Amino acid sequence: MRMLKILLWKELLQIYRDPAIIRILFIMPMIQLLILPLAADYEIKNINLGVVDHDHSEYSRQLVNKIVSSGYFRLKDYSATFPQGLKAIESGRTDLILEIPTHFERDIVKDNRSSLFVAVDAVNGVKAGLGGAYLQGIIQNYNQEVRTQWIQAQRFDEQPTIEIASADWYNPHMNYRVFMVPGILVMLVTMIGSSFAANNIVREKEMGTIEQINVSPIKKMQFILGKLIPFWLLALLVLTIGLLIARLVYGIVPLGHYSTIYVFATIYLLAILGLGLLLSTYAQTQQQSMLVSFFVTMIFNLLSGLYTPIESMPAWAQLITRFNPVSYFIEVMRMVMLKGSGLADIRYQILALIGFAVFFNGWAILNYRKRSG
Amino acid sequence: MKTVTIEHIVKTYPAEHGTVEALKGISFEIDQGEVFGLIGPDGAGKTSLFRILTTLLLANSGNATVNGFDVVKDYKSIRNCIGYMPGKFSLYQDLSVQENLEFFATIFNTSIRQNYGLIKEIYEQIEPFKTRKAGQLSGGMKQKLALCCALIHKPTVLFLDEPTTGVDAVSRREFWEMLHRLKVQGITILVSTPYMDEASLCDRVALIQKGGLLSVNTPKGIISEFKKTLWSVSADDMFGFMKAIKKDPGVESCYPFGQVHHVVFKTEENSEAWLQQIAVQNNYNKAAIKVIEPNIEDCFMALMQD
Repeated sequence: MRMLKILLWKELLQIYRDPAIIRILFIMPMIQLLILPLAADYEIKNINLGVVDHDHSEYSRQLVNKIVSSGYFRLKDYSATFPQGLKAIESGRTDLILEIPTHFERDIVKDNRSSLFVAVDAVNGVKAGLGGAYLQGIIQNYNQEVRTQWIQAQRFDEQPTIEIASADWYNPHMNYRVFMVPGILVMLVTMIGSSFAANNIVREKEMGTIEQINVSPIKKMQFILGKLIPFWLLALLVLTIGLLIARLVYGIVPLGHYSTIYVFATIYLLAILGLGLLLSTYAQTQQQSMLVSFFVTMIFNLLSGLYTPIESMPAWAQLITRFNPVSYFIEVMRMVMLKGSGLADIRYQILALIGFAVFFNGWAILNYRKRSG
Repeated sequence: MKTVTIEHIVKTYPAEHGTVEALKGISFEIDQGEVFGLIGPDGAGKTSLFRILTTLLLANSGNATVNGFDVVKDYKSIRNCIGYMPGKFSLYQDLSVQENLEFFATIFNTSIRQNYGLIKEIYEQIEPFKTRKAGQLSGGMKQKLALCCALIHKPTVLFLDEPTTGVDAVSRREFWEMLHRLKVQGITILVSTPYMDEASLCDRVALIQKGGLLSVNTPKGIISEFKKTLWSVSADDMFGFMKAIKKDPGVESCYPFGQVHHVVFKTEENSEAWLQQIAVQNNYNKAAIKVIEPNIEDCFMALMQD
């Protein structure tokens, strides 16, 4: 116990004396939490629209007006022919073209049907997909309106239609910040957990101080705990700062209990710190451990469901996310923050993370050698 | 009982092509209370041997014991009773002098007060700087602090890996004086050094070269093994003179040593006249030739050639 105490005292003293660590600890979460949630917005706005109107009728004008007034599109180009419109896409002035054929109005009125042509610049896949979908939605809506104008008095709709009314549960205003902030917080805690601890041990290797520790009667377990606990505390401190920023700046108050978040974070950090320890037992230089932990956390973050929903990944990638502790924490954070889930609701995730913690730490302890062969 | 025994220790490291043999099956013993010097150039295998004896490295084959404990089986007992000062300064640079000492005392299950008597003399020299961070100390101070940290748990065997490398001449002498005071306290000291002149300060030395032992003896014993006559020569053109001597078929070796050259002949007869003749033949002036006592370095050079 006295041994562990002196190890912790030494570690905390070193952290406290290192101005870089303190700066990184406080500035990193602030910058990330103040800039990222505002910038990383999934909603696509300001899509540049090009229109090729061969009809020049009342109906075609109404349609274009409706599209532009939706707020998602900006009318940037109005060409006479399709090749001209395509030029605008090629030069990057517009993102999609809506071509309205000649006799659009006549066909709708007479034949009850007409067709439109939409060409989308798919260089930016997300923008293309969402832009196309928005446009489709608006056109459908327009179609409905035109029809209701004609068949006003009818009591029963001749054509059965299904109208969809949606309500967004847990995040009624579809506020992306509410959605992003908890995720970014997880990313931060993960970075501190995995790379700080790993770097710290490798630094002892580089400085040669680990030799002095290795010839001493210190037990493996004591040494590893002496490294785990300080960084566990640091990461919880960063989490607290992050939660404060979320509350004070973004007004995000979790529906669930803060205690649920901390209980889960505690277990989560054991797993992530274990991963950091594991890396440090293999790496010989700080550069190696930096690069490897950078690589691992990047993969973890991209496959965590923070940026793209896990459900839309291919099956094999979904399988990988099962082995990614970050995805569990992001899920839990969102559940607790937005849905108000309690410990009972996240028991499956807790169990999974205990598994990770045992696995990583066990491997690290097995692989940490006080002497080499 | 011997404090340290080393039997046929072999250590190889993987290299680009095959393996490199750092230690080629060496054996020797160290008595209790001895100051034992391990002397050899860089790359001789000194650090590998130290790391094996301090239980940090596993040998490929052979046995070694420290205080009667096997370095493989009883490594835990060894870690309680040895002090190790690695060649590279490896204390916490961002902790102060006092904090380092306190830390190392505690991890060896002791306290500064308990063994203060042992380090008192050394620690008093660095005490004025006790709040200074270890990284900001001068080279000599760092050595003293490292020695304090290695001694704080009152080890019975002290392993010092090149403690005087990179330290000025005055600090080196002071350091050796400290070692001799520790010896009085009954601590066995194994010290390695690349400086031949430090050999005479040890009770016994082992000369090591390319992983093999050249000789294990007292410094006097090693010098007495040098059977041939050693000549010290000098002239106005030192370099030319050495080349001329080396060309002579009767000369066994000739190497520069400070301001003179040391020469050994294959046979003993007429050596002085012979050297004079070489000087005259090649028109070197002010030739000074005399017989001198060999020192450890001469012995090392001679042993290396065998």
